[in-house]
Amino acid sequence: MAASKEMRRRYRFAYLLLTPGVILLLVFTFYPIIYGLPLAFTNYSAVDTTKWVGLKNFDKAFHDPDFWISLKNSLLYVIVVPVIQLISILMAIMVNNKLRFVNFFRVAYFVPVVTSMVAAAIAWKWVFEEQGILNYFLQTLGIISNPISFMAEPELALYGVMCVTVWKGLGYYMMIYLAGLQSIPSELQEAAKIDGAGWLQVVWRITIPLLMPFVLLCSLMSVMGAIRVFDEIFVMHGPKGDPVSSTLVTSVYTYKLAFQDFNFGYSAAVGLVVSLLIMIFTILLFRYTRKGGLSYYE
Amino acid sequence: MNEAALTAASRRTAGKTRSAKKIIAPLLLYPLLLLTALVCLGPFLWLLSTALKTGDNVYAFPPQFIPNPITFDNFIEVFNIMPLWHYIGNTVYMTALGVGLNLLFCTITAYPLARISFPGRNFLFYTIVSTMILPNAAGMIVNFILINKFGLYNTMLGVVLPSAISVFNIFLLRQAFITIPNDMEHSARVDGAGEFRIFLVIMLPMIRPAVATVLIFDFMAFWNSLIWPVIVFDDQNKYPLGPALQYLNGTLAYNFPYIAAGTIISILPIIVIFLILQKQFINGMVGAVKG
Repeated sequence: MAASKEMRRRYRFAYLLLTPGVILLLVFTFYPIIYGLPLAFTNYSAVDTTKWVGLKNFDKAFHDPDFWISLKNSLLYVIVVPVIQLISILMAIMVNNKLRFVNFFRVAYFVPVVTSMVAAAIAWKWVFEEQGILNYFLQTLGIISNPISFMAEPELALYGVMCVTVWKGLGYYMMIYLAGLQSIPSELQEAAKIDGAGWLQVVWRITIPLLMPFVLLCSLMSVMGAIRVFDEIFVMHGPKGDPVSSTLVTSVYTYKLAFQDFNFGYSAAVGLVVSLLIMIFTILLFRYTRKGGLSYYE
Repeated sequence: MNEAALTAASRRTAGKTRSAKKIIAPLLLYPLLLLTALVCLGPFLWLLSTALKTGDNVYAFPPQFIPNPITFDNFIEVFNIMPLWHYIGNTVYMTALGVGLNLLFCTITAYPLARISFPGRNFLFYTIVSTMILPNAAGMIVNFILINKFGLYNTMLGVVLPSAISVFNIFLLRQAFITIPNDMEHSARVDGAGEFRIFLVIMLPMIRPAVATVLIFDFMAFWNSLIWPVIVFDDQNKYPLGPALQYLNGTLAYNFPYIAAGTIISILPIIVIFLILQKQFINGMVGAVKG
């Protein structure tokens, strides 16, 4: 009986410690998830009295050109994923060598990750300026004859933002891949080399396949990141996704609807569509990789 | 015997090619490494160069890579045109409050989930973790409505409270608490230590690396936060650095060297902290991903 009394005291201690955190989670995590769903079916806004409107918000989105533009741009944005993954894997392979100063390079590549997106976007804006460094290089190399205003050109603006996203993400994924590379037993690569495999063959046949679980994880994270992209677009092109909605993505559109137009219900509906989209991507990626990549470790 | 000679020979040739590679590989690698470093640091170096230029040289074409003459006027002037110290103060306050609360709430939530098998523990843990997968479509909107209802609009607490606890950190800290051997706890209990003392004096110091990881990531997240402070603060005087710079960027677009100087100042603290803690930082990140 003494033991159970002791146990009860421990349980009480557990509940005591848990209470503040659980209350916070209930209020700011669980409640928004639960309440966010019905919100998408109301006309909750700054002007109207709140009413249940059924599927009207979704019908409105269906006929809303800005919604379609933002959705198209968000899906287009996913092309940053393979670019980031490919370059960061190559970077990880480079810094996995035992070279002098290699630690300096690892740190240098990680600097964009730790700095704020506001600072990064301001720096890149200056690179993209008409008098900027990019125009100078392209003109010096004879690729273009007249300076291009990369930020103001509707066909180019979104790709400009993608450059910033890629640039800021590389160091992050490089570190994950570096951890992955170091977890691969080196005997495998050594053995292949002794059997006469070249550098490229070792990378392609041994390193990359063994890295697949990490590729899956990183791709998943960057797909979700790409569909949710916000800061770089907000800082470089504002809440309307200038020029002429060419950089409007769903998360920025949701922000504009909620916090500029105060149309919370409609904004929640658009947000819900994006969430479903992310879920579909996640499920597809998991399904695909269960057949391919992950089986290496099963 | 034949076989032994063969392996010896193959080992010799392997050795030879390896030593040849020792010379060729760096020759190929260093230029690539340097080029990549230039791309990674380039935009910030270009910004720094701009911040050190006099007005006439900023828009010079071809661009001046190394400013001539170098001036620190922009760094001084930016403090005159905007209350930068004030914004830095706001940012430090927000970061300290946010990191402090987050660390407090996440450790006290993670500890019982890891070490005390109270009834309903697994259910609670899986419910908490499942929120990481569920889509949070209207999270920001509902949190904004809540902050308004609590009367926290336009307050620092309103900015910090929704991120005062994070499911990912709970997960990370719980993993760390689980790995501590039971003997530590038992011997402390035999010595007559109370529950709270065991938690604070024995267990918490044991998971220092995990705490450091959480601390660094929280610091980064709060220091760099942009959109939520814009939503919660009506009063631009209360902005932290990120939104303040964004605002400056909009109103002072004609004077880029000031913006450049302000931006450089805003990233200095985080760069310095990163350089000091880089080992922890990188290990922490790798550890967080590996679980």
